[in-house]
Amino acid sequence: MPNLVEIRNLHFAYGDRSILSNLNMDFPRGKVVAVMGGSGCGKTTVLRLIGGQIRPQQGEVSVAGEVVHKLDTDGLYRLRRKMGMLFQFGALFTDLTVFENVAFPLREHTDLPEELIHDLVLMKLNAVGLRNAARLKPAEISGGMARRVAVARAVALDPELVMYDEPFAGLDPISMGVTANLIRTLNDALGSTSILVSHDVHECFAIADYVYFMSAGKIVAQGTPADLRVSDDPYVIQFVNAAADGPVPFHYPGKSFADDLGLGARP
Amino acid sequence: MHRKSVDVWVGLFVLLGLAALLFLALKAGNMSTLSFGKTYLITAKFDNIGGLKPQAPLKSAGVVVGRVGDIKFDDKTFQALVTLELEAGYKFPKDSSLKILTAGLLGEQYIGIEAGGDTNNLVNGDRIARTQSATVLEDLINQFIYSKAAEGNKEESK
Amino acid sequence: MIVIDWIAAIGRYLREGIASVGFATRFFFNLLAVTPGAMRRPGLISEQTHFIGNYSLVIIIVSGLFVGMVLGLQGYITLTPYGAEQKLGQVVALSLVRELGPVVTALLFAGRAGTSLTAQIGLMKAGEQLSAMEMMAINPVQRVLAPRFWAGVIAMPVLATIFSAVGVLGGYLVGVKLIGVDEGAFWSQMQANVDVQADVMNGVIKSFVFGIAVTFTALFQGYHAQPTPEDVSRATTRTVVIASLMVWGLDFVMTAIMFNK
Repeated sequence: MPNLVEIRNLHFAYGDRSILSNLNMDFPRGKVVAVMGGSGCGKTTVLRLIGGQIRPQQGEVSVAGEVVHKLDTDGLYRLRRKMGMLFQFGALFTDLTVFENVAFPLREHTDLPEELIHDLVLMKLNAVGLRNAARLKPAEISGGMARRVAVARAVALDPELVMYDEPFAGLDPISMGVTANLIRTLNDALGSTSILVSHDVHECFAIADYVYFMSAGKIVAQGTPADLRVSDDPYVIQFVNAAADGPVPFHYPGKSFADDLGLGARP
Repeated sequence: MHRKSVDVWVGLFVLLGLAALLFLALKAGNMSTLSFGKTYLITAKFDNIGGLKPQAPLKSAGVVVGRVGDIKFDDKTFQALVTLELEAGYKFPKDSSLKILTAGLLGEQYIGIEAGGDTNNLVNGDRIARTQSATVLEDLINQFIYSKAAEGNKEESK
Repeated sequence: MIVIDWIAAIGRYLREGIASVGFATRFFFNLLAVTPGAMRRPGLISEQTHFIGNYSLVIIIVSGLFVGMVLGLQGYITLTPYGAEQKLGQVVALSLVRELGPVVTALLFAGRAGTSLTAQIGLMKAGEQLSAMEMMAINPVQRVLAPRFWAGVIAMPVLATIFSAVGVLGGYLVGVKLIGVDEGAFWSQMQANVDVQADVMNGVIKSFVFGIAVTFTALFQGYHAQPTPEDVSRATTRTVVIASLMVWGLDFVMTAIMFNK
């Protein structure tokens, strides 16, 4: 099967508020796919649906052939063991050290002896460059380092699917470059599939094989980074060039400025 | 190891709690006076048990020798049927008598047992015949009033 | 019509109230359901008992001592006009063992351990730690909440018993050593009138029930708080208020059942 994850005709809403409508996406095996768009366009919701944390109102998400929302609790937990997820800002367990954070999934899901876990954890930490920070607590390392520890934790069990929620948010340019490099290298080394949710154009275009652009819960553009760079879709142009105004308006919709100032009310 | 030291503290915590419980039970409570020994059952009938309650003490010469068990009402003789649990170590003659007494002026009521003179002792299941009921305050007052009235009449008729 | 609006509003309010009681009950059963799994990791429960119990010891012991001492003083002042100061030991012990021990400990526990539990769980939720655990196929209710629940249930009776014992000692210090009530009378009156089953054990049962109520409330509020600083702070306040009210209500019901000869 060429696609690890498939999304078909997906609709999701919170009560009356529609978040995603009629979404169709493919995530081929072994590739890095980026889902991009402005804040509030629904990209994180897509990740949550793939992970089974929320259920769609209509349509289906399937991972490795299984429809996620049809799985029972055991099936869902089995599925999640094949996934690794990086949460925005890391979501490390603050009461454990860096080492224990990365060891956590290994200790919970495998019966490996402590010596083996020790070596595996150090290998993962080495891959992200933080082997010597193993004894520190999350409060003692920088945000960028915490993000990298979270990457190590997400890939601790060598998952088939790795999902990254805004991995570049709030990082300095060096850390951003490092993280992007890590995502690509790990993906290729592990032979896994990566889904990258971000709004950082430069880094994503550098490492992704395919990009989906979303706005207001719909896909507005898709293609390889090369295709999108020369696209003439106004939304893509605005996003890629970081233009202030375009299809995504600058001003919050409502009254016009003249009305607010009371101009034009005079006879 | 971090784990081990936590266990020690938690162990100490629980032991401290147990120590507190033992203290309350033995020093503050009546555990040391509870007898877990064998008892034998005696029944007795009273016209009026007053405020006697189950678990009230049974005392002889002021020493606790047993407890009140069940209190029931016999609707054939219209008397109270009291079951007493006597400690196996104490033997009383078959003709012993029972009195319902009050501890202090406002205290709880208890049963006093006075030894008789019989050479045979009470055994499990025996019935004590000689019982004296509790003094009811109202009857005492009535008695007092009548006796005062009687005295007054005698004076007048002289 | 305004009246109909009011009635509708009251109806809505009631329905929401009942729904939240139902929601809380379902969560409680969820917590109980994951307990067998949680019991396989006794180290976690032990660790939490340390945080919840040991760290509360100081305030419990100090409070117990002072409550006992005050009881000694007040008891003496109240009993002297009736010439009954010999009963001081009994008064102090019964007040503590039956009521003050379990109830005051529960209230202090709600304030100290309850709020810290709520804040911790709320912040873990805000930092997405619980979501991260879920995505790692680990049930956060089983791994994080259940050990804390059972730790609280274990710690509370222990703390209440310590409170009562220290209180009795406090009463002894003030009554006998300071004021001069006869030592023998103090202890013998107490021993004659404090029944291990009816008084001490009932007090332990009460504190066990309070432990369940307070710890559950703290965990529930923390787990369902919105991930913002304002709501976490509101959640800690709710924990103290709701837990305290539950303690008073349960105390009344249990006292009526237990001490009703």
